[in-house]
Amino acid sequence: MGKTFAEKALGRAAGHEVTANDVVTVEPDFCMSHDNAAPISKIFKKIGVDKVWDPDHLVFILDHAVPAPSDKHAQNHKDVREFVAEQGIRHFYDVMSDGGVCHQVMCEAGYALPGTIIVGSDSHTCTYGAFGAFSTGIGRSEMAATWATGKIWFKVPESMKVNVTGSFPKGVASKDLILKLIGDIGADGADYMSAEFHGPGIEQMSLAERMTITNMGIEMGGKNAACPPDQKVMDFVRDIAKTDNWEPLWADDDAVYTKELSYNLNDLVPGLAKPHTVDNWGPIDEMKGETIHQAFLGSCTNARIEDLRGAAEILKGHKVAVRTIVIPASWAVYRQAMKEGLMDIFLDAGCVITNPGCGPCMGNHEGILAPGEVCISTANRNFKGRMGNKESFIYLASPLTVAASALKGEFADPREV
Amino acid sequence: MEQTVFRGKAWVFGDDVDTDLIYHNKYLHITDPEEMPQYAFEYYPGRENFANEVNEGDILVAGKNFGCGSSREHAVYALKYAGIPVVIADSFSRIYYRNAVNNGYPVLFAPGITDVVSDGDEIEVNMETGQIKNLTTGEETHGDAVANLEKEIMSHGGLLQYLKAQTGHD
Repeated sequence: MGKTFAEKALGRAAGHEVTANDVVTVEPDFCMSHDNAAPISKIFKKIGVDKVWDPDHLVFILDHAVPAPSDKHAQNHKDVREFVAEQGIRHFYDVMSDGGVCHQVMCEAGYALPGTIIVGSDSHTCTYGAFGAFSTGIGRSEMAATWATGKIWFKVPESMKVNVTGSFPKGVASKDLILKLIGDIGADGADYMSAEFHGPGIEQMSLAERMTITNMGIEMGGKNAACPPDQKVMDFVRDIAKTDNWEPLWADDDAVYTKELSYNLNDLVPGLAKPHTVDNWGPIDEMKGETIHQAFLGSCTNARIEDLRGAAEILKGHKVAVRTIVIPASWAVYRQAMKEGLMDIFLDAGCVITNPGCGPCMGNHEGILAPGEVCISTANRNFKGRMGNKESFIYLASPLTVAASALKGEFADPREV
Repeated sequence: MEQTVFRGKAWVFGDDVDTDLIYHNKYLHITDPEEMPQYAFEYYPGRENFANEVNEGDILVAGKNFGCGSSREHAVYALKYAGIPVVIADSFSRIYYRNAVNNGYPVLFAPGITDVVSDGDEIEVNMETGQIKNLTTGEETHGDAVANLEKEIMSHGGLLQYLKAQTGHD
C-alpha cells in the first residue's frame, strides 16, 4: 500500500516506515521564529540548557512589527539580537534589506526545501509545503523545547487529497481556489490533516500561486499543506539551498487518503471570505457595489512579485478611490517591483507603499482600521479585530479583486475592469 | 494530571472560536501568564466582561474547532490562569490542542457537548473516563480520553517539565 507525502516525509526523518496515527520523534531541518524569538528565548532559559542544540538549524526573521513601532517592540527586537549574539545564530534577518515577512524570506532565501522538516513558531509555517517541505506551526514552549533538544514529536497525520485540474480563467487567482476550498470544507475541514495538492492544475501554477494555497492550509485546520516538488521547485531551489541535506519526495500514486476533493480551475469565480471567519465564502457578485474604506495588498499570503504584477496591471493608468496600502512581502520583492516599474504604477495610482513586513495584518501598525470600516485584504485571516479594531470588517480576496475594488471604492469584479 | 474530576459552572461558546477572540493580538507583548486572564474574550461579542465574571473552577465548553488561528500560547494561558480547570469542546484546532498539552492544561474532546450543556449549568467531568455529567439537567455524555503520549506530557505538568524529567535536568 502506498504512502502519503506526510507518511514519507515523517518516516524518512524518523528513520523507519510510518503510517498515519503513528507517533514519531524527528529532528527538524530548520526552526523558524520571528519577533517571538524573544519570548521563546526566555522560556528556553528556564529549561536549564545553556546552548541551543545546533544554532545552524535556527532561523530568526524579524517581521511582525518592523521597524519597531513602540518601545515594547524595540525591547523585544533588542532581546532577539542579544540571544542571536549569545548563541551564535547565523541565520538571522534583522530590520535590514535582506529581510521581509518570515515565510517569504524562508522560501526565497533557500530554507524551504523539498523533503525537509521545518517547524515555525507561527501558524502559517505550512507555506513551505509549496516547495515539498513538511512544515508546520508550533507554540512557543514547544519551540523552546525543540531548540534545547533538537527533537520534536508528531503524530503522523491522516491526509486529504485535493485533485486540481484546469487553468485559471481571467481575473481568477489561486487565492480564489483556496478561499473556495476552505468555504466548502469549513475552518476545521482539514483538522490535524496533511492537505496534499495534486494534479495538472497545480503543476501549471507558479510557485507563488502554490505558496498562497499552502499558506492558508492552517485556515482549514491542516497540520501542513504540500504540493509536489516538481521541476519548477527543483529549478528554483537548486542554487539557493541553505543546506545540502535535502532530497525531494512525494506521495505514492496508491497512497491512502481520508478525504478526497476535486476542483477544476476553469469553474472558479473571484470570491471573498466575509467577516469574521475564513470559511464564510461568497462569490464577488454577492457583495459587488458595497462600499469599502481600505484596500490592503500585502502579507505572507499574497504580496509576491507575481501578486504585485497582477494588481499593477489593473491599477495602471488609473486612480484608486480609497486608501490602498501596498506592502511587498520582502525587500527582494520590493526591489524587483521597483525594477519593473510597478512601484511607479502604485504611486501614480495613489497607493501608499510601506516597508516589507507584516504591517496591519495582525493589528500592529501601518493600516489599523477605525470602527465601522470595511477593508478588502489579500491576507489570510478576517477574524474579528484582527486588523486592530473589533468594530471593523475584513474581507479576504485575491490581489486582482483587491486592486479592482480599490479602483472603484467598492467590492468589484476583476473580470470587469 | 493530579486532579481528574472537575465540577463547575459552564460557560458555553460556539464554533470556531479563534485565538484573536480568546486573546487578542493587542496583548501579545505580555509574557507573564498571570497578566493574561484579564484580556480573555475581550473581543468576543457578548463576553467582553468574561474576565471579571469568571470564577475559579468554572469550566469552559465550546463547539467545534476551538482555538483556530494563531500559534499563540497566550490563548491557553489566558484561560488556565483565570482558574478554568478544563476546556471541553466538540473539537480543538491542532495548535491549540498541542499548546494545551505542552502546558499541562487539560482539554477534552466531546463531540455534541454543546447540545447537552447550556450556559450556567453545573457540570462534572471525569478526565480519566471521559464521562461528563450535567448536574443541572441530569444529562450525561462522553468525551474521548487523552492519548498516551499527551497524557504522559500532561502528567508531568507540561512539555518543559516532561523534558527535564527525561534529560535529568531539574
